[in-house]
Amino acid sequence: MPTRELQAAVRERDGVAVIDLTGDVNSSAEGALDEAYSQATATGAGAVALNFEDADYINSTGIALIVGLLARARKNGIEVKAFGLSDHYRDIFEITRLSDFMTISDNEDRALSGAEGGHDA
Amino acid sequence: MTALTKPFRRRFLGRRRADQQAAEPEQADAAATALEQAPVEIAPSDPLLAFLQSASEPVDLDELELDSPALDELRAAGVKLAVPLVSQGELIGVLNLGPRLSEQDYSSDDRKLLDNLAAQAAPALRVGQLVREQEAEAVTRQRYEQELEVARLIQQNFLPKELPDLPGWQIRAYYRPAREVGGDFYDVIPLPDGRVGFVVGDVTDKGVPAALVMSATRSLLRASAQRLIEPGIVLERVNDQLCPDMPEKMFVTCLYGVLDPHSGHLRFANAGHDVPYVKIAGGVVELRARGMPLGLMAGMAYEEKEATLQPGDSVLLHSDGVAEAHDATRDMFGFPRLMQVVADAPDGRNLIDRVLSTLEAFTGADAEQEDDITMVTLLRSADAGPSAAAADGRVLADFELPSAPGNEREAMARVESVVAELGLESARLERLKTAVAEATMNAMEHGNEYRADSPVAIRVLHCSDRLRVLVTDQGDAGELGEPETPDLKAKLEGRQKARGWGMFLIEKMVDEARATNEGDGHTLELVLHLKGGDGAHT
Repeated sequence: MPTRELQAAVRERDGVAVIDLTGDVNSSAEGALDEAYSQATATGAGAVALNFEDADYINSTGIALIVGLLARARKNGIEVKAFGLSDHYRDIFEITRLSDFMTISDNEDRALSGAEGGHDA
Repeated sequence: MTALTKPFRRRFLGRRRADQQAAEPEQADAAATALEQAPVEIAPSDPLLAFLQSASEPVDLDELELDSPALDELRAAGVKLAVPLVSQGELIGVLNLGPRLSEQDYSSDDRKLLDNLAAQAAPALRVGQLVREQEAEAVTRQRYEQELEVARLIQQNFLPKELPDLPGWQIRAYYRPAREVGGDFYDVIPLPDGRVGFVVGDVTDKGVPAALVMSATRSLLRASAQRLIEPGIVLERVNDQLCPDMPEKMFVTCLYGVLDPHSGHLRFANAGHDVPYVKIAGGVVELRARGMPLGLMAGMAYEEKEATLQPGDSVLLHSDGVAEAHDATRDMFGFPRLMQVVADAPDGRNLIDRVLSTLEAFTGADAEQEDDITMVTLLRSADAGPSAAAADGRVLADFELPSAPGNEREAMARVESVVAELGLESARLERLKTAVAEATMNAMEHGNEYRADSPVAIRVLHCSDRLRVLVTDQGDAGELGEPETPDLKAKLEGRQKARGWGMFLIEKMVDEARATNEGDGHTLELVLHLKGGDGAHT
């Protein structure tokens, strides 16, 4: 299976900077993720939402990158949300306790309405 | 045993018929005592004894002047004449005669007759004495043999009747009790998860007491081994249970180990038993772990060590009957010689035979064995690589991938396709894939440092109740460092690096994960249990 280099596009919705992640969240994702975060926060958004709907592979290096992003956001007083994770990666976000530090929702609407995940599983 | 070495008890008949008067040693037939008066004892220091010993003819007691309590007693009992019974220069009895019925003195003819009688009676009496002594000895010996037999029976009853058949392994045991049975024992215990516990021990003391303590120890070990995983804790528990009831001055040395036959991984703890040797390619290593013998003091802790047996390696467990055997000049065989036998062996096969033949050459073939000899060997078959693993299950995949970033996704995809037939639940499949990807990344990055010419080998094996994925790198470094357990809060606060999630994730994704070091690389083994629910940690 070929790797898919991460594309990270930033858009704004309801005052939240949504970062659409497409591809693999691995070591090669660092640049894209950094850049997207800078772009997202430059708009003055108070919250960043990571959209994982099209990110089908996240490895331990990718987790580390998300940890780095989360650390930056906490310093800047910016809330981080996530949505669109598969059951498996949601599991991993729980195991690593990322879910304790970011709000995780099933989909974009829930994420942006502020309602928490209410995960079906 | 002669009459002269113990208090010399003589009995005589109260009737005045000389031919019915007799002196008898201690083991006199009790049935004949009805007509007898109380026997007269002659103490070894009594001068009468020396006098009778040297007398060459019947002795007139009334004419004797000796400061002898026995003499006074004999006179008081009415004895007039004492006829020494001497056989081969040894006083074995005395004929005591009262006064003649005619009340006349004994004539010289009488004395001659008595002298002749004594000369003939003495050897006959001696024969009788010897027969009795031998009968008594035979009874004692029989009792002793019976006790030995009981000890042997207990001992043998508590040794394994058969050894488990482990694919990819040869387990051999040798046990030969000394004539006076010692307290050696061994055991091989199948454990619930496919692992195998093994024991070699030795109870101080011999015979029935040692056999009983051995059987108790063996039962306690079996019970604890089923419940507890760590060998050190097993010994700790057995020690605490043995201590209250242990007879004084007895204790048990014992080595207990747990082998994972799939990986060759061995955990062991030792309660003061002889150190096992491992025959490895080109040499020998010792399996050392500290611990007090069992049964001496409660509350002891037992150090636990680990080792991994490579294909071709063989562990030799042994009891002190081997190293403490002596040759004709009382020179001891010793541990260095034993270790040398193992070191000199061309490989791990037939270690027991090698030790026995070297030992026999040392002690001499006819030498009586001094102590029990027990040996157990665990040999990992030399071909216990992928093909031997196949005998233990099926090889679903065996491939190599170049160490290049992103190739872990290739590993994931290939493992996913070969395990499709097992119908894993999708969550478990995803977890396995993540573990495989992380293990492959580890191997490529840390083991092979992304060297183009160092591929990562991946083997997928399906045994009846488990799926194993072995990921092997070609790293030449020693141990892979123990990773720090990631703490997200610390990472967010900059107290830990953001990275370092790999091993943590692997361990959470599969039922078992372990790393082993071989001379030319590290292998990370991932195991999914295929029965008994979803198994993996959540």
